[in-house]
Amino acid sequence: MRLTARQLRTLLPALSLVVLLAAIFYLQPRAMSYVGFNLMLNLAIPIALATVAQMCVITVNDLDLSIGTYVGFVACVGATLLSGGMGALPVVKELQASGALPATLPWIMQTPLVGVVALVFGIAVYAALGALIHWRNLPSIVVTLGMSFVWLGLSVLILPVPGGQAPAFLRSLMTLKPAYIPFPIIAAIVIAILANLLLMHTSYGAVLRGAGGNPKAIERAGWSLLKVKMTMFALAGFFGMLAGLSLVGLTTSGDANIALRYTLLSIAGVILGGGEFVGGRISPVGAVIGAVTLTLAGSFLSFMRISPDWQIGAQGAILIIVLAARTLIDRAERRR
Amino acid sequence: MTGPSPFIRLEDVRKSFGAVRALQGVDLSCSAGECIGLVGHNGAGKSTLMNLLAGVFGAEGRMAIDGEDVGGRHTVASAQAQGIRCVFQELSLCPNLTVAENARVMHRALKGFGWRKRAGALITAKLDQVFPGHGIGASDIVGDLPIARRQMVEIARAFTVTDAPARLVILDEPTSSLDAHQASQLLAYVRRFVAEGGAVVLISHLLGEILAAADRVVVMKDGRVVAERPASEFTRSSLVAAMGTVAREEAEERAAVTGRRGGDAPTRVRARAAAGGVDLIAHRGEIVGLAGLGGQGQSEMLIRIFDAARRTVPGITVEGGSALVAGDRQTDGVFPLWSIAENITITSLNRLKRGILIDSGKTDAMAEDWKARIGIRTPDIHNPILSLSGGNQQKALFARALGSTAETVLMDDPMRGVDIGTKQEVYGMIRAEAERGRTFLWYTTEMDELKHCDHVYVFRDQRIVADLSRAELTEERVLHASFEEVA
Repeated sequence: MRLTARQLRTLLPALSLVVLLAAIFYLQPRAMSYVGFNLMLNLAIPIALATVAQMCVITVNDLDLSIGTYVGFVACVGATLLSGGMGALPVVKELQASGALPATLPWIMQTPLVGVVALVFGIAVYAALGALIHWRNLPSIVVTLGMSFVWLGLSVLILPVPGGQAPAFLRSLMTLKPAYIPFPIIAAIVIAILANLLLMHTSYGAVLRGAGGNPKAIERAGWSLLKVKMTMFALAGFFGMLAGLSLVGLTTSGDANIALRYTLLSIAGVILGGGEFVGGRISPVGAVIGAVTLTLAGSFLSFMRISPDWQIGAQGAILIIVLAARTLIDRAERRR
Repeated sequence: MTGPSPFIRLEDVRKSFGAVRALQGVDLSCSAGECIGLVGHNGAGKSTLMNLLAGVFGAEGRMAIDGEDVGGRHTVASAQAQGIRCVFQELSLCPNLTVAENARVMHRALKGFGWRKRAGALITAKLDQVFPGHGIGASDIVGDLPIARRQMVEIARAFTVTDAPARLVILDEPTSSLDAHQASQLLAYVRRFVAEGGAVVLISHLLGEILAAADRVVVMKDGRVVAERPASEFTRSSLVAAMGTVAREEAEERAAVTGRRGGDAPTRVRARAAAGGVDLIAHRGEIVGLAGLGGQGQSEMLIRIFDAARRTVPGITVEGGSALVAGDRQTDGVFPLWSIAENITITSLNRLKRGILIDSGKTDAMAEDWKARIGIRTPDIHNPILSLSGGNQQKALFARALGSTAETVLMDDPMRGVDIGTKQEVYGMIRAEAERGRTFLWYTTEMDELKHCDHVYVFRDQRIVADLSRAELTEERVLHASFEEVA
């Protein structure tokens, strides 16, 4: 009987998704189509990636409050440096217009490699944050809260006003139209499988998760906790980068404030997917399902004709309902 | 000592943590093919010694492995490479991982394709070998297993071998959660492991286990080795005698103090321990000691009594309120960001109000009063609490408890890491308050402190196993009761 409670718990994220989908199809049968899925789930891809990023940090008992602005930073880099090099920066364009810079820029100012460097820099900063948090034993909430302003500031420096243009390859990737199965569904499955392989099936993944469950034991077994933290934060930076790139591929232009909501959405997605804030108990598949559920919750509320003003509150209500169900299952399990 | 070249030899090893000298010159050698039993009271230095061998920290003195000096270069990784394995007292498994994944965490060699299967086979084979009929699956999540099975996994994991051999396995209280059958399985395996040329250091409070499994017994006290003989030369009572030394002089000293357990004084606390046994009874004006080894249910008892003063707790009655002096100052005691005055007055704020606001005149008066009465050494009671030394912080916590209206004061090993001068002052204060009618319940692992008590209860396994009046109290009796075994 104890096993069934555990299984029920594992199935809860999937069950909530099914219930939500059923409700949507009941309200709006036309959503059950290729186009319908595409429209409803497009934005689930960046949210799912950001959720996986957040999950990496939560695995080692930390929290990343900067993921939203970081995704925004990546989107701004993607819409400028990655498509047209430094020449695509509004600052450079102004200088060209005023004649301070020549009309045709040298190669170094035009190459998109600068964008790649900027993205690698982002991941390196994440790894350094992990090291800092471990070394100085700082609360991750404080460090990442501070970093969220840094990322926002950098984004505004790159793109003072919304604009820029996403690189063509990102736009064409995000608007793929494979036969039969809509792209967002394929993408979500691929993300879930990859994250699952990485954290649940590799041998180092066991050490990474173990560091969330009992850091002392990992240290006593001769592993470096510093390396573990740096790896997890770097992974978060990597998945956050993918989130920003997929987002800019969808929106085709960048904006510093484009992903502010992602911070809370990603935390909610991890928890909704069966993860826990402490103890290294995570579920990559669950996290992706959680992110999809949260995205669909928005569509569901639109179909209910609930005004967008109320949607965030209603999303919170859905979160509370699912978490309450989980607590009930836990309690039933404990009573046994 | 036993063989020509011991596997590990320690010479004059010393280790201090701040003012506490955990090891004061220990010599120990350990050869292949022997099991050393390590016994001693709490704080004798057993765990420090074990962490040292495991490479968790270094120490002064010489340490040689295979005759080669490794002083200063001994780390967790090198200890593992040399084949030194530890089963720590507090479980060191990751509860969120499966049994196989926990085996992987210890073995770097378990990687690449199919590691999960290999790790599972490795740990299951060893479990079958050590604990036949264990009923543990390799894919079970450790956090879901009952505590006995978790301990079995941890023990079996220490004996598994991949690239580095297992030459010395240190077991710290390995049987504390096992039942008698599982414990005998383990001891039988230890003998087989030793016969095959391995070495084992067995730390246990169960003296029967030590005498049955060990070839040689090392007795530690106050950071020193006080006796070292073949196990066959020890008996239970000679072991207990070796652990305590000052049993003799006490008799005369004690005669001077008359037991003050008056039959007419009203009962303040009557409590039954979690696992039953004798009831704990404390009268008005009495100092009652809670003795025994660490973690045998004394702190839990104090907390239950503390709760009972506020709401109904079955089996416990408390008259006249209670206040608690925490032992772990940093986590349970002080408010680190507050001033000394705020820390002293927090429990008494209800009496120090004017309307709904705190009357700072009254709080300052109370804090000044206690500063003078208890001798807190500070120029200004508005200084932050952390500006005080550890002993003076503890005095402030005493002032907090004594300043309240509670008639019963519960003390959870409050003198940990306090200097001797401050201790004497506090002892005197406790005496004086007891004369005035306060009741004290005092959990301590220090024999010297029990001598200040009018009555002592010895705890073992969450129950009271001995009830000693002042006249009956000797170190030997307390040790005997602490180590007593189920026949």
